[in-house]
Amino acid sequence: MNPTIGLIRDWAASWGVPAALVPLVPFLLLLIVLYAVIGLAAYGAQRRWPRADKTIAFWLFVSPWLIGFCLFTVGPMASSVYVSLTSWDLITPPQFVGLANYSEAFQDPQVGQALKVTLLYAVISVPLQTALAFLVALLLNSELWGMRFFRTIWYLPSLVSGVAQMVLFLWVFNPQYGLANDVLAHFGIQGPGWFNDSSWALPTVILMSLWTVGGAMVIYLAGLKDVPTNLYEAAALDGAGPVRQFWHVTLPQLSPIILFNVLTGIIGSLQIFTQGFIAKGGPKDSLLFFVYYLYDNAFQNFRMGYASALAWILFVVILALTAVTLRGSAFAVYYETEMTRKRRRR
Amino acid sequence: MTRRSIQNSVIPYVVLVLGSVVFVYPFLWMIATSLRSLAGVGSSGASVWPHEFLWSNYSRAVTSFPFWRYALNSVLTTVIPIVGTVLSCSLAGFAFARLRVRFAGVLFAVVLATMLLPGEVTMVPQFMLFNNLGMVDTLYPLILPAFFGSPFYIFLFRQFFARMPSELADAAVVDGCGWFKTFWLVYLPLARPAVVAVSILLFMGYWNNFLGPAIYINSDKWKTLPLALAGFQSVNGTDTPLLMATSVLITIPCLVIFFVAQKQITNGITFSGGK
Repeated sequence: MNPTIGLIRDWAASWGVPAALVPLVPFLLLLIVLYAVIGLAAYGAQRRWPRADKTIAFWLFVSPWLIGFCLFTVGPMASSVYVSLTSWDLITPPQFVGLANYSEAFQDPQVGQALKVTLLYAVISVPLQTALAFLVALLLNSELWGMRFFRTIWYLPSLVSGVAQMVLFLWVFNPQYGLANDVLAHFGIQGPGWFNDSSWALPTVILMSLWTVGGAMVIYLAGLKDVPTNLYEAAALDGAGPVRQFWHVTLPQLSPIILFNVLTGIIGSLQIFTQGFIAKGGPKDSLLFFVYYLYDNAFQNFRMGYASALAWILFVVILALTAVTLRGSAFAVYYETEMTRKRRRR
Repeated sequence: MTRRSIQNSVIPYVVLVLGSVVFVYPFLWMIATSLRSLAGVGSSGASVWPHEFLWSNYSRAVTSFPFWRYALNSVLTTVIPIVGTVLSCSLAGFAFARLRVRFAGVLFAVVLATMLLPGEVTMVPQFMLFNNLGMVDTLYPLILPAFFGSPFYIFLFRQFFARMPSELADAAVVDGCGWFKTFWLVYLPLARPAVVAVSILLFMGYWNNFLGPAIYINSDKWKTLPLALAGFQSVNGTDTPLLMATSVLITIPCLVIFFVAQKQITNGITFSGGK
C-alpha cells in the first residue's frame, strides 16, 4: 500500500469511519478533489463562453468514462510496459531486467502450449458457435406454432454460465457416472475419458461452449427481424426461391451482425479462463488456457513482470487475429450506406 | 396444404425438437441430480427423473458453508455495478449521440477501439493500482470500475439514443431545460427498454463474474458465490448432489430475471444507428 494512502486511512479510521468503508475514503477524496476542479473549470468556461453550453455538457457527460479510461486503461497499460521489463514479486522493489521476461516467454514450453490450446479453442469453437447460432436463429425465425417456447429452450442453457456450467459439465462428462457416457452406452458405444483424457479435454470444452450459443442466437434473431420485408418481396418477384433469397438477401443483410459476433466471439474465446482454472490446467496441460497461465504466474507465483510480458504477448495475438478477421471480412460484409438506403426507398 | 409446404414445415420442426431435447437435457439432469442421494447418482445414469426427492440437499447447500454471506457479496458486486454502469454509460452514450461537438467523433472512435482491447492486458497493473489503494481483498475493485463506463454499453446506449428524434432535445433546450435535465427528464425515461436490456445483460455478467473475485478476494468473508462454488468443487468434488444443488441455487436468480424480462432482452438491443 502507498504510504500516503495509509495515512489517509488511519486518519479516516480515527474519525470513526466503519472499517468496511475505510478503504474507500482515499479514493473518494481523490474523486471529490478531481470533480471540484472539473466543476470549477466548467463553471469558469460557462461564464467566459456562455454559448458553449453544448461543448461543456459533452465533456462533463463523458468525464466519468474519460477518467476511468485514464485511470483503469491508459495508466495501467503504460505502467504494464515498464513492469514487463522488470522482475517483481510485489514485496521487494522491482528490478529492471530488460527484455529478459520476453526471451524467457519465447523459450517457455508452457507458453507455447498455452498459445496452442487457446488458439485451437478460438479457431474451432468460434466458427462452430457462429454456424450453430445462426442456423438455430433461422429455424426459430419462422412463424410456426410454439416458436416462443423453442426460443426459451435454446436460450435457457446460456443462463447457466461460468463456474456453475463447468461444475455441471465435469459431471455430465464424468467417465463413470456421467450423462454423456451413459447415453453412449445405450447405443453400445464405450465413451471416452472426456476431461480426464489429455487428447479429449479440449474437444470437450469446445463441445461444452456450444451449449451456450443462446446469447448469440438472440442477437441474430433480432437482426433477422430487422431485414426489410420488401427486399424479400422484390427478390421473389424476380423469381428467387428460398435458397437464393437466403444467399442474396438474408446473408448480406446480416453480415455486419455476423462480423460483430465473430469479432466479440474471438476476443471472448481468447480470454477463456474459468474452465482452465477449475480443471487446474487439465491433464498434461491440455486445458492450460493463456489467461489461466497468466493468472497463475501473476497471482499464484507473484511474478508480476513475467505476467505483464505474457499479457502483452496475448494483446499482440488478439490484435493480429482481429486484424485478420477484419481484413478477411472486408469483401464479405455489406454495409448499408445512406445512398443504398435511399435507392431502396425509391 | 400442398405436399411441398408440409415438408417445408415438418423438417425444421423435427430438427428443432431434437435439438431442443439435446439442449435442455443437461439442464434437467442438473436439477434431477441435485435431488438424488449420493448412491442414487451412481446408479441412475442419464435419467432425468430423480426417483427420490432429497430436498435436504438444498438445505445442506445453504448450511454447509456460509451461503448467505456469499450471496450477499454476490448481490453487492452485482447490483451496485449495474447502477454504476447504467448511469455512466447512458450519460456518455447520450453525449455521443446528441451532443455532437468537436472531438466527439474522435473520442467515440477511441471508445470503439477499447471495445476490442482485452481486459487481461490491464489485469496485472490494475491489481497493482488497487494494491496501492489498499483495496485488495475487499469488494471495491469489483464495484468501483463500473462507475467509469464500459465501451460496449456506451456503444449500445449511443445507438439507442441516436434512434430517438433529436427534436426532443431541441424542444427541451428551447424550453430552458439544461442539458443534464434534458437527459435525465426527457431521454433517460424514454430509454427504459435500453436500460432494462442493458441491466439484464450486466446482471448475467456480474453475477457470474469469476476472474475478478479470483484475483482480488482471498479471505472467506468476501467470497462471492461463483468463487465459493469453485473452491467447493475442489474440496468436495465427489459430493455431486450438493454441488448440483449449489449450482442450481446460483442459477435461479438468472432464471427468474430471464422469465420476468424475456421480451425486453430482444426489444432493447439495436445495432443500427439510423431510424
